[in-house]
Amino acid sequence: MDMELVSRIGGSVINSLSYLGALASLGGQATYYTIAGPFQGKPLRLHRAVSQAMDVGVRALPILSLITFFIGLILALQSAYELRRFGAINLVATAVAISMSRELGPLITAIVVIGRSGSAFAAEIGTMKVTEEIDALETMAISPVHFLVAPKFLAMIVMLPCLTIWANFMGILGGSLFGVAQADFTFLRYLQASVDSLFLRDIVTGLIKSVMFGITITAVGCLEGLSTGAGAEEVGRSTTRAVVMSIFLVVLVDLVFTVLFFFVGGG
Amino acid sequence: MMPEETPVSMEEIMISVRDLRVNYGDREILHGVNFDVNRGETMVILGGSGSGKSTLLRTLVGLEKPSSGQIWIKGKDIAAIPLGEMDEIRKKIGMSFQGSALFGSMTVGENVALPLREHTKLENSTIEIMLRLKLEQVGLQGFEYYMPSQLSGGMKKRAAVARALAMDPEILFFDEPSAGLDPIIAAGIDQLILELKQAFRMTIIVVTHELASAYLIADRMILIDKGNVVANAPTDEMRASTQPRVRQFLDRVAEPEVARELDYLQMLTENRRSA
Repeated sequence: MDMELVSRIGGSVINSLSYLGALASLGGQATYYTIAGPFQGKPLRLHRAVSQAMDVGVRALPILSLITFFIGLILALQSAYELRRFGAINLVATAVAISMSRELGPLITAIVVIGRSGSAFAAEIGTMKVTEEIDALETMAISPVHFLVAPKFLAMIVMLPCLTIWANFMGILGGSLFGVAQADFTFLRYLQASVDSLFLRDIVTGLIKSVMFGITITAVGCLEGLSTGAGAEEVGRSTTRAVVMSIFLVVLVDLVFTVLFFFVGGG
Repeated sequence: MMPEETPVSMEEIMISVRDLRVNYGDREILHGVNFDVNRGETMVILGGSGSGKSTLLRTLVGLEKPSSGQIWIKGKDIAAIPLGEMDEIRKKIGMSFQGSALFGSMTVGENVALPLREHTKLENSTIEIMLRLKLEQVGLQGFEYYMPSQLSGGMKKRAAVARALAMDPEILFFDEPSAGLDPIIAAGIDQLILELKQAFRMTIIVVTHELASAYLIADRMILIDKGNVVANAPTDEMRASTQPRVRQFLDRVAEPEVARELDYLQMLTENRRSA
């Protein structure tokens, strides 16, 4: 009985490591095609990356704005609840600004992008796998990673920091609603207090995380798509796996970088 | 070899398969396949479901890796060469897939132009001319701005052939060209294959189980059964073959019914031994 448990744990560890390895390999290939490709006569196909960026970034703005506005408002309410007891309700602007920039801006943005684009990547590539379109690309000597995956990486790496900045702003805006209504702020004074409380490293650490999240989401979505089995239900399964694994890995990456930033550069 | 036949020189053989074995996991699908395809020949690979014919086709175009054996295409053993060299060979072949495999997000014209855009430095205007030419060759002139979802099954097949022809390949592969098509449309595809054969003297490999198509288009046929080549002959010879397994396939004889479990077991093991 004991040995079976050990071998199951061992098997899980090996599977997880090989999954991470496959993600890294996909990321590496995409990087190669993006950076080294143009020098080898394989052009960047920028228009494909731009159209992906439209889908990933611009079209996410409405839903992202709403969600992060509400998150900012929720944050303000929750912090004020405690701060009020210490007579420090004027610190609510600080609390919201720092929480959004360092943590919730990047994380909530990543989750919205996972739901919209991570699933879409897996579904699009998975469907192409099932209809033999991936095979067709290969028989035409076109690398599916070059053609499908690399533009997505480029788009996500550019768009996620942009979306995160917007999310931070919308969160502060949401907090300002509370600040003006319940904490004796004027709108401008609330904004000033938010800006004053932020150090550059608060924003930069958040943006670095957002880039890492973007890489993770793309790698998982595309890997799941490319490894889809045969049949429509397999596409559904890949899409589900892509979303779940992305959420988990994004939180894991978040932890790693938060710990890193805690010890390096004084947090 | 008959005395009247002249020996075929090495340059005339386009594809040469030697002792090809392919595994899926630990199951061997192809057990040492051997055959040659000459330049300008249309070879039809016949076989039932599960015979390994699709695996054979996929291995010939490099989508599967053999576990052992050699596949010589234009003087290179594709089972042994690195990926970069495989790409060079792929630019000289074209494949039409069973479900057409057209890219749904692009127009028909963009589908056909894709290999040209990716592999050549031709101007857009030149590419436009070439794709119209290819579409005309398959009878789809004027359809370059249609999306694949707007085409019927037969038209999608034709578009897929046009795309396979984009780089003027020397070898064309067809995976079940008549699949899912009604007999009249399927006959149209057969006609297209014949026209390509006559106009361009292309080497064509077709995997199918449609006998009527096969008789029409094939110069030579091979029959694959349970991962082995059981017959390899020119069309007329194949039609007149007296081999039991060949006759069973060509005459569409169903597997004999077995009443008792022991008989069924015996039939299974006997088939495995003879395969």
